[in-house]
Amino acid sequence: MSLLAIDNLSIALPKGADRELAVKDVSFTLDKGEVLCIVGESGSGKSMSANALMGLLPEGVTPSAGSIHFENRDLLTLSDDEMMSLRGKDISMIFQEPLSALNPLMRVGDQIAEVFEAHDLLTPTERRKRALELLHEVGLPDPDTTIRAYPFQLSGGQRQRVVIAMALALEPKILIADEPTTALDVTTQAQILDLIEDLRMRHGMAVLFITHDFGVVADIADRVIVMQHGEVVEAGEAETVLLNPTHAYTRALLDAIPGLSFRETMQPANTPILSVRDLSMTFTSRTGGFFRKPRVVKAVQDASFDLYKGETIGIVGESGSGKSTLGRCLVRLLNPEKGVVEIGGKDISKINGSALRQHRRRIQMVFQDPYSSLNPRSRIGTILTEGLIAYGTDKITAREKAQELLTLVGLDPSAMKRFPHEFSGGQRQRVGIARALALEPEVVIADEAVSALDVSIQAQVLDLLADLRDRLNLSMIFITHDLRVAAQVCDRIIVMQQGKMVEFGPSSQVLGSPQTEYTKSLLDAIPGKAHEQALAAQRELRQ
Amino acid sequence: MLGFIAARLVKAVFILLAILVLNFVLIHAAPGDPAAVMAGEAGAADEKFLQDLRERFGLDQPFTVQLWNYMKGAIQLDLGFSYRQQMPVAELIWDRLPATLLLTATAFVISIVIGVAAGVLAAQTQGTWWDTLISSLALLFYATPLFWVALMASLLFSVVLGWLPGFGYQTIGANYTGIDRVLDIGKHLILPATTLGLFFTAIYMRMTRASMLEVSRLDFVKTARAKGLRNSVIQRRHVLRNALLPVITLAGLQAGQIVGGAVLTETVFAWPGIGRLMFEAISQRDYNVILGVFFISAAMVLLFNLITDILYGIVDPRIRLTK
Repeated sequence: MSLLAIDNLSIALPKGADRELAVKDVSFTLDKGEVLCIVGESGSGKSMSANALMGLLPEGVTPSAGSIHFENRDLLTLSDDEMMSLRGKDISMIFQEPLSALNPLMRVGDQIAEVFEAHDLLTPTERRKRALELLHEVGLPDPDTTIRAYPFQLSGGQRQRVVIAMALALEPKILIADEPTTALDVTTQAQILDLIEDLRMRHGMAVLFITHDFGVVADIADRVIVMQHGEVVEAGEAETVLLNPTHAYTRALLDAIPGLSFRETMQPANTPILSVRDLSMTFTSRTGGFFRKPRVVKAVQDASFDLYKGETIGIVGESGSGKSTLGRCLVRLLNPEKGVVEIGGKDISKINGSALRQHRRRIQMVFQDPYSSLNPRSRIGTILTEGLIAYGTDKITAREKAQELLTLVGLDPSAMKRFPHEFSGGQRQRVGIARALALEPEVVIADEAVSALDVSIQAQVLDLLADLRDRLNLSMIFITHDLRVAAQVCDRIIVMQQGKMVEFGPSSQVLGSPQTEYTKSLLDAIPGKAHEQALAAQRELRQ
Repeated sequence: MLGFIAARLVKAVFILLAILVLNFVLIHAAPGDPAAVMAGEAGAADEKFLQDLRERFGLDQPFTVQLWNYMKGAIQLDLGFSYRQQMPVAELIWDRLPATLLLTATAFVISIVIGVAAGVLAAQTQGTWWDTLISSLALLFYATPLFWVALMASLLFSVVLGWLPGFGYQTIGANYTGIDRVLDIGKHLILPATTLGLFFTAIYMRMTRASMLEVSRLDFVKTARAKGLRNSVIQRRHVLRNALLPVITLAGLQAGQIVGGAVLTETVFAWPGIGRLMFEAISQRDYNVILGVFFISAAMVLLFNLITDILYGIVDPRIRLTK
């Protein structure tokens, strides 16, 4: 008998939602010590299923049919009090956003100790002792200090370890992990995955792991369930599903994962379109007090490179490596501290006023978050024509141009009259790209332009960018933390670490035979390498 | 933290001096000659008498000299002399300050306690008739002009029902002592303090409710649920504490008005405080008193701003530890 059995579970959405059921007729089992991955894109119902298991469905959302059997009890029939005593003790959960999963006003030690308090276990002194042991166990540096730290004093990876420590405090039988590594860097992600695997082995708990990343699935799953529109479309052993997917959706998801394959490097033209020399940027924060030393962060140190017409340069690195700061200096959203940025032979790093305004149209940016980068109160037409009109184009021409742009990025010109919230994330990013292209810039800077998108949407947007680059002969700087994406679209790659360029060269060279330990560690951390090897072996076998 | 407080104190002193100069300049730029007013009331408006008055009060000196003298005095808490009341301004203010502080502090406590409690209740019963009732009352109190509430409250509870005294600070001529005096003042305090606190009660309620509902949706509240914590603990420890941060800002604003903000209430209820002193001074062109009251209320605003910042630091470690 399985530890957990979900039978024909359906979850109803409140009236007026875009569909009736968030989850429809879902059945699966989970055994002791097993890792089951639920894979699917946003809105597939994967998180809803997990929340139902915890009895933590959002208000208005209720299970409408089926059962969830755990240790001979149907969780759906339990009272609030019974569910409460189960949560954290028998089933616990970790969440996607480590930055917001902890109470900002409480010390992390107290937040861990609270788990014991919730279930009336141990004395306060013992709780503290256990909290300290748990911090040790999840591998946090210097637990004696960390126990007194507030969440904001820890990095994303460290906070996720704290959340895991809380989830493990009472040695639950089931751990539900809802996209626990999505918000983290590759290297941190690899560490957290290792930690979960290690704890599973030691404590023998079952893990229900929700993710959209098949690379992660390949690394940790015993079995896989693929969900689409609230239904299970494929289920089976991890190896079988990954190597021989039967459902078209699974195949599409698997195909959408960018592989580490390289783009043919183009021959550079003679004169660079953008030339950066010794660019540096330092942030100094005066943080109160007369006698404190101000905090100095060297975000970018002596960056130098040339970008040629039609070329794409990728800038990769972990969060805090300075890649976004570099991008922002190039568009002059930040004023570089020193160095030269030449576009078409003119240094734009020091210009101001109207000269700077004239320059702005030559270099445009596509931002990471398609939700916050479009003004929610403006129609798409306004968003696209604003820049053109500011540079003197008359309204009618500007609107014609905007319609052309919408067609170019694969949207219907009727989108002009609509507001951003009427579009999906992928569509909004297309609008963002159209906006960047409106002024016919010489250089486009894409700052994590596909990071916030689901894999299949990500693939479409990447295709669009590649297509535009070829058709318009665009020069691009592509900032990303995802090496697979960088490999796919970039001619050359800059690897940044703590503000310095540690490696720079053609993609095939930087990612194919990396020269620095740092680049190697970034490559090693990419999930799903074993799977790629298996795939390659499979291909060879077929040939 | 100490460095932070020291820096803020130094800044506050400079701001206070700037306010002092600005007030002085503004008052003197206003039309009207205090000597003429005094002379007029004395019934002897001939040029000689006016000249005497000006000389006596230093009004014949150049403007910059007057300003300099005033500043010198203010730093030593000598706020000049009230021509009308024939008393030093500082003494006048010290006499009236206790009554004002008692009134405004009581209003402050009433509004915070009732406002926050009602806000918590409304948030927890969101969508029920409790919530509707509390929110509607809050809107009513928020929208009603203070002077009207004061007049109606006085009419109803004092004139019609006769439950509470309608004016003054204590029963005139009763000469109570000890506990009887405390009770007497308390009875006089109820109407003005409640009236004065009503507006802020409504604001606290609305702010607390909105803030609680917003915090309830945050991820860490879900984490707390996932731990198996009881709802009452989650609400108190995780939701309320975070939800109170904006309330502190608001409390700082209200506290800043403790001295200057009670003009209307004190006038309607004949409460012998600073607010009424200011009202009288303005109608009598008693410049030095006006300047003195402005100065004291500005100092209070700065003081409570500082206290708010320090409180923020205590409640929110993100502020305390990055300072």
